[in-house]
Amino acid sequence: MAKKGLGYYIVVRALMIIPTILILYTIVFILLRILPGNPILAVVGTRNIPPEQLKHLEHLAGLDKPLIIQYFDYLWNVLHGNFGVTLASPMGVPVINYIATRFPATLELTIWGFTFSVIIGLVTGMIAALKRGSKIDTGMRIYSIVAYTLFIPWFGMILQYVFGVILGVLPTGGRIDPRISLQTITGLYVLDSILTGNIPALISSIKHLILPGLTLGIVLSGAYTRLVRNNMVDVLSMDFIRSYKARGIPRYKITWYALKNAFIPVITLMGLQFAILLGGAILTETTFSWPGMGTFIVDRIEYRDYNSIQGAIIFFAFFVAVISLIVDVIYALLDPRIKY
Amino acid sequence: METRIKPKSLLSPLAKQLTSRLPGRGLLLAGLAIVLLFIGMAVFAPWISPYDPTKMVDKPFLPPSLKHLMGTNRIGQDVFSRIVWGSRIVLYVVFSATLLSMAIGIPLGLLSGYRGGKIDRVLSMFMDSMYSFPALILAIAIAAVLGPSPMNTAIAIAFVYIPTYFRMIRGQTLSIKNQLFIDAAHALGIPDKRIMLRHILPNLAHTILVVFSLSVADAILTEAGLSFLGLSVTPPTPDWGYDLRVGQPFFLNGQWWLVFFPGLSVMLLAMGFALIGEALSERLSLAQSI
Repeated sequence: MAKKGLGYYIVVRALMIIPTILILYTIVFILLRILPGNPILAVVGTRNIPPEQLKHLEHLAGLDKPLIIQYFDYLWNVLHGNFGVTLASPMGVPVINYIATRFPATLELTIWGFTFSVIIGLVTGMIAALKRGSKIDTGMRIYSIVAYTLFIPWFGMILQYVFGVILGVLPTGGRIDPRISLQTITGLYVLDSILTGNIPALISSIKHLILPGLTLGIVLSGAYTRLVRNNMVDVLSMDFIRSYKARGIPRYKITWYALKNAFIPVITLMGLQFAILLGGAILTETTFSWPGMGTFIVDRIEYRDYNSIQGAIIFFAFFVAVISLIVDVIYALLDPRIKY
Repeated sequence: METRIKPKSLLSPLAKQLTSRLPGRGLLLAGLAIVLLFIGMAVFAPWISPYDPTKMVDKPFLPPSLKHLMGTNRIGQDVFSRIVWGSRIVLYVVFSATLLSMAIGIPLGLLSGYRGGKIDRVLSMFMDSMYSFPALILAIAIAAVLGPSPMNTAIAIAFVYIPTYFRMIRGQTLSIKNQLFIDAAHALGIPDKRIMLRHILPNLAHTILVVFSLSVADAILTEAGLSFLGLSVTPPTPDWGYDLRVGQPFFLNGQWWLVFFPGLSVMLLAMGFALIGEALSERLSLAQSI
């Protein structure tokens, strides 16, 4: 087979996200339009509004056109970064403005949650594999089930109570101490504080990230624990490990080689876990009053602001598609057996 | 010629596992015990719960005591009674949702895997895209449009778990349909529909049971998540996720029982199903590796 190089693979894989995004867009569009209930009347609730105002609102939401036109209009707008305007107070604000300020918060939280989950999963899985068949192994197995079934808001609140209220060492909500001013560049507070050399902001933003990040990280780590353990048990029984042992290579080095080999399937799991991570982020944000996309969606649901909900969800669809692209590319880079 | 294959019961793998001494039996028993406890609680709620879960029965914020096992909440409702009645809501929502997604996902998966071709490619592409999207976020969108009610929550959850069943059934069908006994069935001129329902489907029983337990565990967390976000029930209906949300500000003030017990119930019930799924899937992979 002719080898066309990594660049070619990346381009082909990037093109493949187009159908994925289109399908997700279509599903969300259809769901939000065919489901019963007039979104505008849902916004105004039980109040009686004059028909002309209803017309105006429907026009604002683009709901006065035929469905098929709406479908392409909205797609066209979205591709130009226009996610419509909010339909509830404050009315008429472009949804993209909200996304621009809210999304970095969610991204920062998910990066931390993701990092915690992988580190905890690797360590616990590795320990379980090295102590295979022992009580520790069973303990780790129980850990992976319990972690998976932890209900995020509940677990988050317990952490808040223990570390925020009883010990009083960590804040229970928000992204940064409101008394600290931070010049935002990327919207990722930790990165921004490093870039601007703002030490108090750095400490404060890290402190605010620990509890929500850990909540998300621990809940998601269970799946990694399991996978790393099983892969490592398989790798440790392979011939090359036995020959390393025969040659007297130190144990920590062998563990490292085994871990590297067991890591490849973990990358695939990372892609799948990311979707769960985003879902979990919504609950984590709500629990920790984290001003991200999740709390935005939940706020807007209370107003029944259908344009904002739609915009945020379509945006998530793009984001998920891009993440799965990145995961696939990393996978191809790391595993030399992958043919592209 | 006798071509009938005795159809296996869907529950036979469960029964076999229970009576065997293979590893995983302990997990299975623990899981079943938890699940049966909650089902019993839901069924016998009127007899178990000491008070009306929707009425103010005592002073607000009473800590757990013999009179109120789990204390009372901010409007003087008995927390234990609300937990007992809340199990009805969560089980009702989760079971209707799971049955609904099975009723759609399994036939589509069978058809897609068995027929192959264009229909398979289109269906797979749709299902894979849906599968890649965060289930909770999709469920939030649907539930938000439908409005808060247990049935609507069930529909929202059902929708997001269809791809799980579809993908699993399709994959298994693909591997089974190339086996000799299916070729034999073809040679005997048995119609496709019959092959799918009588020859392939019974062989999927174990897989379906595993996916069922794991997706129920997941759906319990999704249901609790939706009601935590205020998308499932309207007050004063007792619901674990909703009670958790309402209790949060008081929890941090030290009224721990308002949050601790509802959240614990969510976790235990989800864990019960996860343990069953875990035990069954271990048995399944064991059978495959032999």
